[in-house]
Amino acid sequence: MYKIVKKQVLNPTVTLMEVEAPLIANKAEPGQFIILRVNEDGERIPLTVADFDREKGTVTIIFQIVGATTELLNHLNEGEYIHDFVGPLGVASHTEGLKKVAVVGGGVGCAIAYPIAKKLHNNGCEVHSIVGFRNKDLVILENEFNTVSNVMKIMTDDGSHGTKGLVTDALKELIEAGNKYDEVIAIGPLIMMKFVCKLTKEYNIKTVVSMNPIMIDGTGMCGGCRLTVGGKTKFACVDGPDFDGHLVDFDEAMERGTMYKEFETKKREEVCNLFKGVH
Amino acid sequence: MPNMSLKKNEMPVQDANVRNKNFQEVALGYTEEQALDEAERCLNCKNKPCVSGCPVAIDIPAFIAKIREKDFEGAYQVIAKSSSLPAVCGRVCPQETQCESKCVRGIKGEPVAIGRLERFVADWHNAHSIEAASVPAKNGHKCAIIGAGPSGLTCAGDLAKMGYDVTVFEALHLAGGVLVYGIPEFRLPKSIVQHEVNNLKELGVKVETNVVIGRTIEVDELFEQGFEAIFIGSGAGLPRFMNIPGENLKGVYSANEFLTRVNLMKAYKEGSDTPIKKNTSVAVVGGGNVAMDAARCAKRLGAENVYIVYRRGEEEMPARNEEIEHAKEEGIIFKTLNNPVEILGNEHKFVTGMKCVEMELGEPDASGRRRPVEKPDSEFVLDVDCVVMSIGTSPNPLIRNTTKGLDTNKHGCFIADDNGQTSREGVFAGGDAVTGAATVILAMGAGKTAAKAMDEYIKSKS
Repeated sequence: MYKIVKKQVLNPTVTLMEVEAPLIANKAEPGQFIILRVNEDGERIPLTVADFDREKGTVTIIFQIVGATTELLNHLNEGEYIHDFVGPLGVASHTEGLKKVAVVGGGVGCAIAYPIAKKLHNNGCEVHSIVGFRNKDLVILENEFNTVSNVMKIMTDDGSHGTKGLVTDALKELIEAGNKYDEVIAIGPLIMMKFVCKLTKEYNIKTVVSMNPIMIDGTGMCGGCRLTVGGKTKFACVDGPDFDGHLVDFDEAMERGTMYKEFETKKREEVCNLFKGVH
Repeated sequence: MPNMSLKKNEMPVQDANVRNKNFQEVALGYTEEQALDEAERCLNCKNKPCVSGCPVAIDIPAFIAKIREKDFEGAYQVIAKSSSLPAVCGRVCPQETQCESKCVRGIKGEPVAIGRLERFVADWHNAHSIEAASVPAKNGHKCAIIGAGPSGLTCAGDLAKMGYDVTVFEALHLAGGVLVYGIPEFRLPKSIVQHEVNNLKELGVKVETNVVIGRTIEVDELFEQGFEAIFIGSGAGLPRFMNIPGENLKGVYSANEFLTRVNLMKAYKEGSDTPIKKNTSVAVVGGGNVAMDAARCAKRLGAENVYIVYRRGEEEMPARNEEIEHAKEEGIIFKTLNNPVEILGNEHKFVTGMKCVEMELGEPDASGRRRPVEKPDSEFVLDVDCVVMSIGTSPNPLIRNTTKGLDTNKHGCFIADDNGQTSREGVFAGGDAVTGAATVILAMGAGKTAAKAMDEYIKSKS
């Protein structure tokens, strides 16, 4: 059992939790993920490590409430326990030797992009952050990104905060302004990553994306997280989750992500009904 | 006077048309009368040929003799000297190619039903024994076991009995390895696995779930933590696919994923949090025990048509005869000498069919089995909405990639000698991580051998 030592609502649909998991905190690096089960009969879901504190022995996760499991997780409070919490899984993001990087985050993907931006910044790398949200109510980690970025662009779909437009608009502008990036790191919805990659391909800038497919064990056993990368089958849990964005078959990944959509919608409704009137 | 019947006592089973709709155990186990009658068929041969066929060398005639004396606990104690998981082995061992294949009674008629008797004894013990296992005196030395599957649990049990302080590290949230994620409830009830794991805990074995060695902790750190010898029983690993078009369509599973969803995550239960696609027609590609398990699960989940698609003939199938027979009885359709070439999907990328070609058998290949060759112009489409690929696995890379000095072969399996010793001092390995996909009992045998070698190794150092 893994104790929740801190819970913070970041916006109406996104929650942060700091969880006591000393073994994982001791090893975690940006880009890696954990798998958790909320309760004894729960499903296993992967969540990327948003932060870690080796001294306190805690790991921070930031999740969007999208399905039954995240709904259940969101009903746990400080001092309560998560049944299973395993990791760190996956290969850490590659940050060595990078001198100038554009970090692009979309929505809750910013939670994954932030620790990478922070690590790059701490390594002395020039970080240009472009973070996008639907509207100002959904903005998360703005101050955190500000602290670790040399250039910071906030984009919203409706212009209610920062600049109105897409992250690709801001990225294109920065590239056109003459910024030469060693690499672009894009983390967010698949559709966003796909279009970032389409743009950077035009400029021939290496682009790394973080994939978050459906997983079960997360340790290289079930093969459910497979993706096509450069025409080859890769497993996000052991080969990734970071991949060369110019080689990823995003359309296939988007299709695979919808495999259990109906089940998930129904299940979430069940869970929501369960908590109706309970607070 | 021994019972000279040429036939084994038949195993009582659930009716095929009832059991193919539920997940309860298929084989119901011998009654006391059946066990006593079957035990009378053993001739108690002096040279005990059956023992030579057992990977863990159980004294078979001795335990059967105890059954004849109605000393069922005594029979259990004989088995327990050699096997840590008798209730498991009595159910999933391929006895027909092991102990029973050496039985003298098999020369004329059927061999003694050793496996069924083993199961009877283990179940009797689990139901009746109240005596807590005596915890062996500790010898002050620590061993680490990586993976709580058949090889790891066996190794842990043997070392604990010798007095070692044993910790088993398991990546999943539950101990048991393939016994809990792979082998279905109807063949091996999970309560039995849990019981066997609890027995080990009573011996003082510590089981740490949710620890992925190679990620959470590395092998070298285990040595730093004071473990003197380490056994790697990390199991089979990543599923293989055929590399044919359409394998990433929705509705294509690896057998590992399909079985894990059903068994470990209990997707077969109404209200389970883990989803599995509802299917009408399922093709399981492959001819091993895992393929039979997947096909039989698919049937139980409600699929009307379930096919086993295998590129060779039934003779060449690696699955146990019993599993093939059970599958057929339950209505699984065998399409042997058929090979998939493409999986077809609709505009939403869900599976709608599988294109296959017919095969015929040519000259024997390297495996000694006749090589299947494609028949010209034999292409056809099998109407299915789900495909389960059950064509083997390749070893997990996590430990290999994070541990120095540990040699692997060209397939990525750990190289270990007959005692389980790897290229790294103090590190032993066994089971599927060494051999590639094999059987539960072979893995157990490897765990047992390694435990002995680890004991010798630690003694030689101190």
